[in-house]
Amino acid sequence: MSGFTGNIQLVYVLAAACFVGGLHLMNSPATARRGNQVSTAGMVIAGVATLILMIHDGTVTATGWIVLISGALIGSAVGLYAAQSVQMTAMPQLVSMFNSVGGGAAALVAIYGYINAESNAGGVLGTTTVFTVLDVIIGSVTFSGSIIAAGKLQGLIGGQPIIFRGSRLLNAALAVVAIGAAAFMLSTASLPALLIVVLAALAFGVMMVLPIGGADMPVVISLLNAFTGTAVAMAGFVIGNWALIVAGALVGASGGILTKLMADAMNRSLVNIIVGGFGTGDSAVAVEAAADASIRSIAADDAAIQLAYASKVIIVPGYGLAAAQAQHGVAELAKTLEERGIEVSYAIHPVAGRMPGHMNVLLAEANVPYPQLKEMEEINPEFARADVALVIGANDVTNPAARRPGSEVSGMPILDVDQAKSIIVIKRSMGHGYAGIDNELYSDPKTSMYFADAKKAMAELTAAVKTLVG
Amino acid sequence: MSTALVTDLTIFILALLVGIEVIGKVPATLHTPLMSATNSIHGIVLAGALLIGVTANNLVGYILAFIAAFFAAANVVGGYVVTGRMLKMFRRRAVPASPGGHAEPGVPELDGLNGHKGLKGLLSKMDRSKP
Repeated sequence: MSGFTGNIQLVYVLAAACFVGGLHLMNSPATARRGNQVSTAGMVIAGVATLILMIHDGTVTATGWIVLISGALIGSAVGLYAAQSVQMTAMPQLVSMFNSVGGGAAALVAIYGYINAESNAGGVLGTTTVFTVLDVIIGSVTFSGSIIAAGKLQGLIGGQPIIFRGSRLLNAALAVVAIGAAAFMLSTASLPALLIVVLAALAFGVMMVLPIGGADMPVVISLLNAFTGTAVAMAGFVIGNWALIVAGALVGASGGILTKLMADAMNRSLVNIIVGGFGTGDSAVAVEAAADASIRSIAADDAAIQLAYASKVIIVPGYGLAAAQAQHGVAELAKTLEERGIEVSYAIHPVAGRMPGHMNVLLAEANVPYPQLKEMEEINPEFARADVALVIGANDVTNPAARRPGSEVSGMPILDVDQAKSIIVIKRSMGHGYAGIDNELYSDPKTSMYFADAKKAMAELTAAVKTLVG
Repeated sequence: MSTALVTDLTIFILALLVGIEVIGKVPATLHTPLMSATNSIHGIVLAGALLIGVTANNLVGYILAFIAAFFAAANVVGGYVVTGRMLKMFRRRAVPASPGGHAEPGVPELDGLNGHKGLKGLLSKMDRSKP
């Protein structure tokens, strides 16, 4: 490593330190914005160092500059537009697309390096390492898998798990082909082998995500996030760049942690999710109420009375709330209740949404102050003191059956909604949740069911509370 | 095993451990912005795309370099902008609806000075240098 390149590496280390510092500041909502700025500063430093390195290198052709600069500018414009126009409900799709292009770019770094080395005399042997093939495989799987995930989230591809006969066999075959061709690449310089690896990995990415149900998306996005990070780190190994290695490792760690958190919160093992098979789509199949008619149904006015005369209300939002675009409505209702001096907080289950922390962002957008957003461990002891627990579009995460062995949700961490003095559940129908079982909470004598679309229900409840207390 | 490879592997493993340590402390409330922030961080692959592009001298090379630069730039710019957009919405208190649409959140309120030790304290103090 010459002196100059060494100095540039040090600048890259500085950039990497900014990334770590920026992530560290994200441990509190109060400092998180500063964290993003610190991280951005690191990125600018890395960008400038890269430009200096390119100019110093002096081999870039005029066409090369035009190609790179126009690519970067057009990409920036597209990224900027997407980031500014995206709806908060569509955030999981956008994150998925960023995973996709990040993984794609990382794969291209290795693909390009391989082709370039082969087209120059001397072949690729000696420059192709296990990192090259790992980068190509992981990057390609991430690229295609994330596009499918985004398509499912956007509703372009059905949320139902897509499984056909022999699909698992096909997956295994694709994996074998990709790894076999990759092993061949390592020993012999071969462009066809590279092409086979890329195609097999792309197909594998598609096949990996297709069988996964819409409700498992928080895990999938986290996993693909970890993949992207790993691919970028591998790209760092390929070109010997520390900034890429550190950044990739950070993202890999983050994605890994989130994947584990999400899988635990859904009571599923990662293998179980990837192998797929029983996750359902967004729209739970409408199943008629079980024969025991111990369900108590109430109207908006009754629910409003309970809420208006409570002193502590805990709102339990689920994905149904976001699907009905009711987050502003619930914030409005909460505001009305707070004006009456009622203590309102939100119980957020880790998988309430389509990606980790999604519900928090949706409520933050609806102007709900973040101290009111309580994590599961924090809010669970408070349910016993709550007069009313208002469950909106959440199902399995409130099912007390999870505490006993022997059901689909057994062992799943749940919100202790049944501990509240009374419970109001807002739901469109008696349809089952994603686990496909009856929710014992609904037949609890303390529970009243208010059947309505979440958005409409919020408007009616707010109006009813206002009339009631005038 | 070459020295360079050993160095690279060391950096990778240490960065992984630092990542696990730092990210384990991020509250669930911020998990979506966290994922979006790490998304923008892996946009550093733009540096990789530019650095391999320096050797491009034929059509295939130019096309691959263009796509890589395009992908990575979209990733890095979009990631930072959308993370900033999300974090701006996290407020300690509800902001009364202002007539001008988006209220300027101003300096984020800090959770008091307690607990602001170490790097976070250092960085947040820099932020509070002005009274």
